[in-house]
Amino acid sequence: MSAAARLGLTATSLLALLLLWQLAAWWIASPLLPDPAAVVEAGMRATRTGVLPSSIAITLGRVAASFLIAMVVGSAIGILLGRSPALNELFGPWVIVLLNLPALVVIILCYVWFGLTEAAAITAVSINKIPNVAVTLREGAAALSRDLDEMARVYRLGPLATLRHVVLPQLVPFFAASARSGLALTWKIVLVVELLGRSNGVGFELQTAFQLFDVATILAYALAFTAVVQFIEVGLMQPWERHAGRWRR
Amino acid sequence: MSALRLDIAEKRYPAQAGAPAREIFHEFRLDVDDGAFVVLLGASGLGKTTLLNIVAGLDRDFRGAVRFDEDGKAPRIAYAFQNPRLLPWRTVLENVALVLPAGEEGRRRALDMLGEVGLAELADAYPERLSLGQQRRVALARAFIIEPDLLLMDEPFVSLDEAGAARLRALLRRLLERCPATVLFVTHDSAEAVELASRIVVLEGAPARLARDLPVALTAEEREGEAGHELRRALGGK
Ligand SMILES: Nc1ncnc2c1ncn2[C@@H]1O[C@H](COP(=O)(O)OP(=O)(O)OP(=O)(O)O)[C@@H](O)[C@H]1O
Ligand SMILES: [Mg+2]
Repeated sequence: MSAAARLGLTATSLLALLLLWQLAAWWIASPLLPDPAAVVEAGMRATRTGVLPSSIAITLGRVAASFLIAMVVGSAIGILLGRSPALNELFGPWVIVLLNLPALVVIILCYVWFGLTEAAAITAVSINKIPNVAVTLREGAAALSRDLDEMARVYRLGPLATLRHVVLPQLVPFFAASARSGLALTWKIVLVVELLGRSNGVGFELQTAFQLFDVATILAYALAFTAVVQFIEVGLMQPWERHAGRWRR
Repeated sequence: MSALRLDIAEKRYPAQAGAPAREIFHEFRLDVDDGAFVVLLGASGLGKTTLLNIVAGLDRDFRGAVRFDEDGKAPRIAYAFQNPRLLPWRTVLENVALVLPAGEEGRRRALDMLGEVGLAELADAYPERLSLGQQRRVALARAFIIEPDLLLMDEPFVSLDEAGAARLRALLRRLLERCPATVLFVTHDSAEAVELASRIVVLEGAPARLARDLPVALTAEEREGEAGHELRRALGGK
């Protein structure tokens, strides 16, 4: 299927969803299910006051910070554990414990221990994501090719060139997998963190709207934020993955 | 170029799940003259790859010593592995230039070398799009571009059709004329041995020992003629 045809199909499918929503809103006729027009209007209102764009910017900043920290720390831990069986036996169980700790528990503990601060919020989101990244990268690091490593040693590539040309390219699929699932997880958890302990951001605005039972505003924020995240996924992540995988047959 | 004095007092692999510990070499000695083309013949699983890995410095888990007569400094070693071992995510040109210092000079030399092995047009292709024969040519280019003193080759032309293997043998001879090196060449194929070797070493047994050690002082025509035929028969080939 061509790109244009696929795009057309996606658009049709989304349009059908919109139509369904419109029909349901007519049928139910209640402020608890506003129709698309009302949601757009709520969105416009929040945009005019500047609250919606600034909330999205603030939340995206938190997503970016915690995503970056989680990727760096998680990758370092994962690669270390993947390269060293001894370390993996010592600390592997810790990773499993972290992996199975409910997100909410981590968030509450961070706020209790470090106060309702920005640092606590970002730490909480990062800690939720770090074990996922570590497990994925550990798998990648354990599967590094011995053959290519020997080649690099015979030809005396040196540690930096080996890292750049031999090791990191082998880890690209694992970086990509954990980045993709990481983005999805991070932006969901960020909203909860904001709802529980921050006084700005999309999560905070959602809570305010919830207290007023303002469903139109809730949906407006949800749709706007989802659109931004989708844009990042399609506009940044996918082109990078295509570029990194261009050598494949 | 570089001579080689190999002295393995003991090389063993520890027991692994199912398999018992195995002694691969015991009091094994091999002296190779500067500029020699030594072909190692021997059955599968004898320890030929192990031997090359020890010489290359990849395997240090043995008792013994590897000496090179290179007035003290370590020789440049190139290794053509049983598989080409190219980086699939780097182009053919980048794979060859990789083993040189980074920079324009390295790329230019790599391109020249690719011309020499007949792959100039494929410089920007990725290795997985190449045939096995072409990949082996790239591996040869990568080996020769560092102008090695010692060249290790582990069945470098295996799983090619006869014509393809013959073309690669001719290419190897040409490259060696331009850039002489001491060669340690592992193969199962006695015809290949007779065509290339200045000395043929047959390994046997476990632990492996030198079963036969034949100097080969034949011209190219003689190798193709009756003398070569006889030598192949003596080695148990067709
Ligand atoms: N890392 C290892 N651990 C344990 N045993 C090994 C290891 N590498 C090789 N061996 C064993 O040592 C023996 C020699 O292996 P080697 O690869 O050197 O043989 P080879 O002569 O190159 O064989 P082939 O002609 O099939 O390539 C084999 O029996 C092999 O199973
Ligand atoms: Mg072998």
